[in-house]
Amino acid sequence: MSMHKSLKDFEKVIRECVKCGVCQAYCPAYLATRREGAVARGKIALAAALLDGGIGLEERLQQDIGMCLMCGSCMHKCPNTVPTHEIVGAIRREITDKQGMSLVGKGVSALLGSRVLMKTLAKSGAFLSPLLFEKIPETSGLRLRFPAPSMKGRTVPKIAFRNLFDRFPEFIEGRADKPVVGFFAGCSITYAYPEIGEAMITVLQRMGYPVFLPKAQQCCGIPALSAGNGRLVDELALANLEAFRKRDVQYIITACASCNGGIGAYRSMKVDSKDLTGKLIDFSVFLQKEGLFEELAGMEKRQDRVKVTYHDPCHLKTQGITREPRELLKALPNVDFVEMENASSCCGLGGTFSVDHYECSRAIGAKKIPGLQESGASLVATACPGCIMQLQDSINHAGLKMKAVHILDLLAAAWR
Amino acid sequence: MDEQVLKELKGIVGQENVFTELTDRITHSYDATQERHLPDVVVYAGSTAEVSSVLKLANRHLVPVLPRGAGSGFTGGSLPVQGGIVLVLTRMDRILEIDMENLTAEVEPGVVTAELQRQVERRGLFYPPDPASKEFCTMGGNVAECAGGPRCVKYGVTRDYVLGLEVVTPTGDIIKTGGRTLKNVVGYDLTRLFVGSEGTLGIVTKILVRLLPKPEAKKTMLVQFETIDGAAKSVSAIIGARIIPATLEFMDAATIACIREASSISLPEECRAVLIIEVDGDKEILDQQVEKILAVIRPFGILATRIAATDTESEEIWQVRRIVSPSLRQMGPDKFNEDIVVPRSRVPDMIRALEKISTDYNVPIVNFGHAGDGNIHVNIMVDLQANGMAEKVEKVLSEVFRTVIDLQGSISGEHGIGTAKAPFLHMELDAATISSLQRIKAAFDPNNILNPGKIFLESSPQRPAEASSR
Repeated sequence: MSMHKSLKDFEKVIRECVKCGVCQAYCPAYLATRREGAVARGKIALAAALLDGGIGLEERLQQDIGMCLMCGSCMHKCPNTVPTHEIVGAIRREITDKQGMSLVGKGVSALLGSRVLMKTLAKSGAFLSPLLFEKIPETSGLRLRFPAPSMKGRTVPKIAFRNLFDRFPEFIEGRADKPVVGFFAGCSITYAYPEIGEAMITVLQRMGYPVFLPKAQQCCGIPALSAGNGRLVDELALANLEAFRKRDVQYIITACASCNGGIGAYRSMKVDSKDLTGKLIDFSVFLQKEGLFEELAGMEKRQDRVKVTYHDPCHLKTQGITREPRELLKALPNVDFVEMENASSCCGLGGTFSVDHYECSRAIGAKKIPGLQESGASLVATACPGCIMQLQDSINHAGLKMKAVHILDLLAAAWR
Repeated sequence: MDEQVLKELKGIVGQENVFTELTDRITHSYDATQERHLPDVVVYAGSTAEVSSVLKLANRHLVPVLPRGAGSGFTGGSLPVQGGIVLVLTRMDRILEIDMENLTAEVEPGVVTAELQRQVERRGLFYPPDPASKEFCTMGGNVAECAGGPRCVKYGVTRDYVLGLEVVTPTGDIIKTGGRTLKNVVGYDLTRLFVGSEGTLGIVTKILVRLLPKPEAKKTMLVQFETIDGAAKSVSAIIGARIIPATLEFMDAATIACIREASSISLPEECRAVLIIEVDGDKEILDQQVEKILAVIRPFGILATRIAATDTESEEIWQVRRIVSPSLRQMGPDKFNEDIVVPRSRVPDMIRALEKISTDYNVPIVNFGHAGDGNIHVNIMVDLQANGMAEKVEKVLSEVFRTVIDLQGSISGEHGIGTAKAPFLHMELDAATISSLQRIKAAFDPNNILNPGKIFLESSPQRPAEASSR
């Protein structure tokens, strides 16, 4: 019995879509294609037709259901807050259940089942880097995001030689008067950008917090959710719940917006995840709560400040976390913050979306370019490693000199 | 759909722009009315020439053609009620020119209204019509429905900005109306005929609009009243004092009750009406205008006034207005949103009549909208699953429209007739007038292939094939 909601479970909210069309203004897939099949409203119409038995899982329907980044932007602006990304997830699981995995899904289950196949693929050079196989768990979303058979020309992260777990012990001591905080690092930070994780832990240590970094933590599950692999999401959710139950922590901090969204998605599963989701907090919200912004604002502004703009990761924006990251940037002594146009439009990565739809993903990414250019910033900071990869890819394709960084990179630099 | 027609369509727009799968037909079967009618085929046109060829083909084979933009209409204007070809124009989305000297812009029909506004505002110019759907509706749709919006009280509606059009007629001819000059009296004013023709007379492929200089600043205020009468009298007093605000929006007691919990601005029980007033223009005059407005409305039972000092505070006020639509659901799952309009001075009479109808029939009616131009959004909130509710709604609607006509108003200010209001057309227009409209339709569209079954109830059931065999 799956821990996930079925399409049937969404029947009531599906009927709440009034086809007003507001989602057309916010759906990145629609804005890149201007086709009704790509927009949330179209997918809800298909979901309703599936429920009524008016249509089966025909190929074109699967294509349209594939055209969703599951970013939640539509629900964020929907007058009736219809959760299209969750409904799309349910349809993708039905497709997977009835017809087996898609290309991407197949890759994952094969990986789960067979190390031999993985090694064969590795030898063929189709994957990112052979190192990946030794360093990254088979269930990691990084494998889903960058399986690489059709990703020519894509800027992909290098896999770090020493990952985050190699760099820190599971428990990092802090002051006795401070509660223990958990750190959910996620695959991207652990394996591709361990320096972001290092910055996070350093900041927490500086503030006196003991940090619990359970090495049993797994991928948050968001790429598997996006691929319709419900079984894998179940497995990961249970493992993560278990991993963080080992110690009593006050908060579980994320520095990856997607992971925050991925863990947050356990809330709509049929499993009691309060131990994890009830403590979940984005790093910027945590740092503001703990008064770090005032301390930073009190520091003397540097002469050699860098002009920095900010990109809203969908998984923070849709939770209403737009103010905190900006205030953190504004408080930094080494940063000159400038706003940019379309700061809140999606970068185009979208779980596994960019694997199946790299062209569309690039078109969505390209929409960020004029805003980035006009901002005059030399860095674009964000709060999600996935966005960093995708923004850098878009920047490289546009031939700009900008660099995409994590806010924590800049925070670490402020103290250096 | 006939294989030959499909083959020819693919020849015109390319195979990749012709969609025949059930999935495609479902995703192009609806608009904001929530009605559903499956088209036979969906075609995404890329140019005027393609639109013309599609229409010529449709005439040869007597297939209905339904022009579609964002599919956000409220009266069924883009619904394929008789099947046929849904012709989507979102690929034609270029802003062709913004002329800074003559203050005009030329756009293709698929341009999103707010996008045009952003582009002209960057250049210090202004395209005023601002339908609530401006972030996603298209200029083609705005022209077809003659879209309005809150700013109409001062700036007028879409028709007041369209200078000229390129139109493909139902028989496939490409014609040009109007021109680049403000003054132009050559021939009949076809531009005005096409604006608001609901996609029944032709498909607009280029739109030339005039622009204004962008007002330097604006100032927003929210005023709470003890009575709806006080609010209505205030509207008259403001206009009477020769001030035309850029927007003058009102909400009645039923609306306020809906949003009381969600509103960030406190709206106590005693507050029976709200006006949101925004003035715009040169910075220096705004404070003066605000003071003048406050002075003239003072006698009309004001409970509280909030004047936004910053953009953020102004945003907070508009947020109160924006939460209205989503908050309505609590009153009933099914909403009948009617955009009636009465002369400004008759707004209080209309509101009183609506309250009476609501009580008489025991159905919630929530009213808000553009008090400045008399355009009231009447929302009848019901549960259609309830026994006999459909018939009851029919009666309520008839009574509402009858009152509107008695008050010398009109049954639609912004949304058009389409299919939703076709049964009521005869209440406002007499037989001779309707017959004139139908003769115009027949002159442009002898085979009745373009958007058939709209506006005129008489022709609704009639398929194009029957029309031609007559």
